[in-house]
Amino acid sequence: MDHVRPVPDGAPQGAPSGGDEKRSEAARLADLLRQAALGDEAAFAAFYDATSARAYGLALRVVRNPAHAEEVTQEAYLDAWHSSTRYDAARGSAAGWLMTIVHRKAVDRVRSVEAATARDETWNREAAPTDHDQTAEAVHASLDAARVRGAVATLTDVQRQAVELTYFGGYTHTEVATLLDVPLGTAKTRIRDGLIRLRDLMGVAS
Amino acid sequence: MSEMDVHKLTGAYAMDALDELERARFEQHLAQCEDCRAEVAELRETAALLAETTAVTPPASLRDSVLAGISQVRPLAPEVPASPTHAARPAARGRGWVPFLVAAALALIVGVGALVTQPWAPSDDAERLTAAEQVLQAPDAEEVSVDLGEAGRATVVRSKAQDRAVITTEDMVSAPSGKDYELWFIEGDEFVSAGLMPDAADQTVVLDGSAAAAAAVGITVEPDGGSEQPTSDPIAVFDLTEST
Ligand SMILES: [Zn+2]
Repeated sequence: MDHVRPVPDGAPQGAPSGGDEKRSEAARLADLLRQAALGDEAAFAAFYDATSARAYGLALRVVRNPAHAEEVTQEAYLDAWHSSTRYDAARGSAAGWLMTIVHRKAVDRVRSVEAATARDETWNREAAPTDHDQTAEAVHASLDAARVRGAVATLTDVQRQAVELTYFGGYTHTEVATLLDVPLGTAKTRIRDGLIRLRDLMGVAS
Repeated sequence: MSEMDVHKLTGAYAMDALDELERARFEQHLAQCEDCRAEVAELRETAALLAETTAVTPPASLRDSVLAGISQVRPLAPEVPASPTHAARPAARGRGWVPFLVAAALALIVGVGALVTQPWAPSDDAERLTAAEQVLQAPDAEEVSVDLGEAGRATVVRSKAQDRAVITTEDMVSAPSGKDYELWFIEGDEFVSAGLMPDAADQTVVLDGSAAAAAAVGITVEPDGGSEQPTSDPIAVFDLTEST
C-alpha cells in the first residue's frame, strides 16, 4: 500500500522522510504476510522479526506488566497468523494492521476486570528503555521514531496529552475527558484533531 | 448523539477509545459512511506509527512461543463471495484457538431451534417459540426491562416455577467486531454463564441454565466465543429482585 507519501511542507526540520526505503519496507512486510497466508511459517518468522519490537513495545507501554505484554503480543501474532488471509494491502500497511491488533488486545487487557484494579495510575511514566541490537533494522526503526517524535512535538500540549492518554494509556475518551477535567466533546475533538494533524504531518494517506 | 457528532468519533474509534456500546454503534455507522471508513483507515495507520517511539526488543522466548503457536493452526480460510448459507455469519468470527478464550464450551440455546445465528424467523419455526412462550406466558412470570438508550432495549422475563428465563431485545445494536454478548445469571457476586446472544437486533432467547435462584441477569461484551467469567463490567443488569 502506498500509505507513505513524501513529507509535506511544514514537516519538522531534520526529520528524515526516507520515502523509497519506507515504501519498499512496507511492500516487503505486505509480501511476507501474503506468504504467511499461504502457510509459510518462515515468512511469518521474518514478519515477526521485522515488527516484534514495535508490537511488544506497544503492548508493554499500554499494559505495563512485562508478562502481560508478552501474552498480549503472542496473542496478537497468533491472531495475525490466523487471519493473515484477511489482510488486504489495499486497505492499509501490514505493520499498521498488526499494530491495530496489538493495540486492541492490549486495551482489552487493561480494561478487563482484573487488570483494571491493578492498573498503574502513573500513565505517563516511561516504559522500560529500549535495548535494540545495533542492526540495520534497529537504526531504521530509530529514524522512523525520530520522525514520529518530531511530528508529535508539533501538537499542542492538550492534543498531545489527549492522544497519549488515549493510545498509550488505553483510556476511553470518556475517561480521558474526566482525567483532563474537560467536557467529552472537547476530549473527542482533541483526540481527533491531534491524530489528523499527525496524519497530515507524516503524510499518511489511504 | 446527533448525526453531526457521530462522524467525529473516528479518532477515538481508531485508538480503541470507545466503550463497547459506543463502539458497536459506531461500527453500525461505519457500515454506511464511506468518509468515516476512509478516515478511520488513515487514523489507524497514523496511530500505529506512534508505536515506532516505544519499540522494545521482546525476550527471545516470545519468538519461540509465537512460532510454536502458529505451527499448530492454519490460517483461516479466505473470504469467498458470500453465498446464502454463509451470509448469516461473518467468517472472521468464531476463532476457537486463542488460549484465553473458551470457545464452544458455552452452549447456546435459542428455544429448541437450531438456527442460532439466523435472524429470528418466526414463520418457519413456530416450534421453537414454545420454550420462550412458556416462560413469557407463565402465571408467575416476572419482567425487568433495561433501556440501553440508542443501543436498544432489552427485557428479561423469568418464571421461577419453570426455572427458566427469556431475554427479548428490540433494536439492539450488534456486538462490536470480534466480540459477542454473553448472558449471565448473577447471584451475589457470582456470575454463571447463561450462553451467548445471537447477533440479531430483535430476538427472543431462552437463557441457558437454571434461573430460579438468580438475583439478576447481566449482559457483558466478551471476546468472540464468550468467557468463563466476565472480563468486563456488564452493559446491562436486570435486577430480578425488583421485577414486576
Ligand atoms: Zn461518518
